[in-house]
Amino acid sequence: MLDVKNLTVTFPSRRGDFTAIQDVSIQVKPGEIHGLVGESGAGKSTIGAAIIGLLQPPGYVASGLMTLGDTDLCALTPEQAHEVRGDRISMIFQDPQTSLNPLMTIEDQLIETIQAHSDVSTSAARKRAVDLLEEIGIKNAADRIGAYPHQFSGGMRQRVVIALALCTDPELIIADEPTTALDVAVQSQVLDLIRQLADARDIAFILITHDIGVIAQITDNVTVLRGGRVMETGATERVLGAPEHPYTKSLMAAVPRLDRKLDRFLVPGDGGPPTASDKQGVDAEAWLLEGVQEGGLALEVDSLTVRFAGTRTSLFRKPDPYVALQDVSLTVPAGRVLGLVGESGSGKSTLAKAICGLVNPSGGNMRLGDAALPYGKARARRDPSRRVVQMVFQDPYSSLNARHRIGDILAEPLALYGLEPDKAARHALAIGMLRLVELEPDVIDRYPHQFSGGQRQRIAVARALLARPRFLICDEPTSALDVSIQAQILNLLKDLQAKFNLTILFISHNLAVVRQMADDVAVLQSGQIVEAGPSETFFEAPKATYSKSLLSLTPATNF
Amino acid sequence: MLGRLWDTDGFWAFRHSPAAILAAVVAILIFGGALLAPWIAQSNPYDLATFTLMDGLLPPVWEDGADPRFLLGTDDQGRDMVSAILYGARLSLLIGLMAMLIATVLGVGLGLAAGYYGGRLDAIVMRIADVQLALPAILTALLIDGIARGILPTSAHENLRVVVLTIAIALSLWVNFARTARASTFVERNKEYVQAAIIMGQHPLRVMFWHILPNILGPLLVIMTVDLASAILLEATLSFLGIGLPADSPSLGTLIRIGMQFLLSGEWWILWVPTLFLIALVVSINILGDFLRDAFNPRLR
Repeated sequence: MLDVKNLTVTFPSRRGDFTAIQDVSIQVKPGEIHGLVGESGAGKSTIGAAIIGLLQPPGYVASGLMTLGDTDLCALTPEQAHEVRGDRISMIFQDPQTSLNPLMTIEDQLIETIQAHSDVSTSAARKRAVDLLEEIGIKNAADRIGAYPHQFSGGMRQRVVIALALCTDPELIIADEPTTALDVAVQSQVLDLIRQLADARDIAFILITHDIGVIAQITDNVTVLRGGRVMETGATERVLGAPEHPYTKSLMAAVPRLDRKLDRFLVPGDGGPPTASDKQGVDAEAWLLEGVQEGGLALEVDSLTVRFAGTRTSLFRKPDPYVALQDVSLTVPAGRVLGLVGESGSGKSTLAKAICGLVNPSGGNMRLGDAALPYGKARARRDPSRRVVQMVFQDPYSSLNARHRIGDILAEPLALYGLEPDKAARHALAIGMLRLVELEPDVIDRYPHQFSGGQRQRIAVARALLARPRFLICDEPTSALDVSIQAQILNLLKDLQAKFNLTILFISHNLAVVRQMADDVAVLQSGQIVEAGPSETFFEAPKATYSKSLLSLTPATNF
Repeated sequence: MLGRLWDTDGFWAFRHSPAAILAAVVAILIFGGALLAPWIAQSNPYDLATFTLMDGLLPPVWEDGADPRFLLGTDDQGRDMVSAILYGARLSLLIGLMAMLIATVLGVGLGLAAGYYGGRLDAIVMRIADVQLALPAILTALLIDGIARGILPTSAHENLRVVVLTIAIALSLWVNFARTARASTFVERNKEYVQAAIIMGQHPLRVMFWHILPNILGPLLVIMTVDLASAILLEATLSFLGIGLPADSPSLGTLIRIGMQFLLSGEWWILWVPTLFLIALVVSINILGDFLRDAFNPRLR
């Protein structure tokens, strides 16, 4: 039904034309869910935008054919394209927060869309809207339709967005990362809904995602893209189960497995643990080893409670506090990796912030090794734990100061903690550390924006290590990265952990990643620990109901 | 280095914006003329010996009865208009730049601290800023001028008029810097690189000036250009009203005030030449400021 042939999309710029999509062909039949998968920059979203006719200027379709049924999508006038858009092709966006108008009720938004495309009375449109909401699984739709978007949860909002896309009975729906902003439980419901709609209404879906798990769970066919070109296409089971193209193979090797723990990811170009061969790398390694002779430190957290000021409901009453962490106790044994898992809002990051002193707990104790770890406000600027505890942040784009050179960023902990008084020695160590995280030494004079996300995360790891830490907090260190880059960073962290015997608190919402990284696992739910224990026991035989549901809802990628 | 600057996006946009290029040329000519006034002006308006009353009220060269020595004519004292303007621009720009710099240092310092610490300090600084905003600049200047008159002996006050005027203008401009710096600091403060610096235990002053300041410089630079134009205008207004500089040290505003007397008596150039000059200066600085704002705005890029 949808037939894209040899599509090429070009973005002219002052540095010459950039070909975002080259020679891409896709066929989608009614009722089929076709996955477009690839890493950032692969051109997935550009294909979707080209089909629906919403390419960002100055991009344009340079060549190729796109037909929907009998309609040639390339030959439409803007008015005709506007007709087709919404009427025959709909779109579902990533973030339900921003794709709904917060100032209009769900009812108004649905009725507006229905009446924009068909000439029906308001009451008929309203009835249709209620039916649609019932169909996508919103109970008591007639009562709830008058609500505003903020009165719905994230998953419900995404259902409403899907209802909006269904308003006009389209033949094709393009879903661009529809579940990326959602937690696993909600993600699995939304994916089920998409599958149902495809089967029941015979709608064709193009599902754009970077998540192989989502592809594996619901798509019929999949096209693997890289740099705007098709690498491999075919039935999902065949492509993911027995990939033929080397790129698909390496992509599949980089996907963390939920079903068993591997020593390291076998991504191409990875020749096992790196050995620092040049002198600077060896020097830096020796220097680090000298600082961590004692190895990692154990962390004990005892009934830690963190409360935040809640939202004020009355001018005269103090707002009720919001409890982010409630009596959390956990132990990270020295030299081991504890994986901390939980959905968004469960308090994972708050715990990390309390440990490193950014958030002031309202009760409980923390001990690092033999010494008590003071609360954030009571922790002196010169407290030894400031050096011993280091953190690797989630977003490598904001964790490095954009206005400083890499050399300055890396030398900062050395100077701050008085680890290396000599400027030339600091420079040499910074270069050696770059070698250790597998970057070229000549990048030292560059600025962060000249690096990719993965390279920046390597720099962030290098900065943390240069403080000679004995306890490392990694807060979702790979969730902003592509899966092949994630595999490299995880390999790097594993190698460094083994080499320097670090204690790591590894925070992630991704269970498969945690399985690959952690020796022990703790599960947080709404600020409370529901389960803690050795990693393999947890994954093989989870005890708490919540852990079981988390595990079963995570899309599996094994074939 | 120069080649890299030439190749940046900002410079590329500049090369393709005729208005910005024209504004830059005008601004550079005026700044250069003002800077080099003692060397290129044919007479010194401060030095009574360099002009005579005999040359008074001569029109510009293209009018009848002009003297080719005086390109844009002379005023009633026989001062060459070109020289007077160059010296006047020198004084106006000096006051404008100094006032702008003082306002920048004061405003950015307070804004950074308010945004970084938040809470009570933030509330105090911003309420002072609100009060300052409610007072018109002219009132502030009058107030400071009045205070200076009261506490300084007359002779000292006459000597310090430039300083008093500069401080008065600076005090009415710092609020812009403080508000922008505070808002940007709020945003930057929650970014992970700042949190990393705080976790490491770096000194708050270092976090503010070494980590945050370079990242909020873009919008501040834009405000600096726009406020330079405001400062020059404010100085001209105050001098025009007679609160600013005396007639014997002519700034652009003073020249315009003197010219007002001749508006209806036929010697139009005494008023119009400095007025048009002031307009050209302020408009070109504002165009450059607008251009910088667009160039620094990533959403418009």
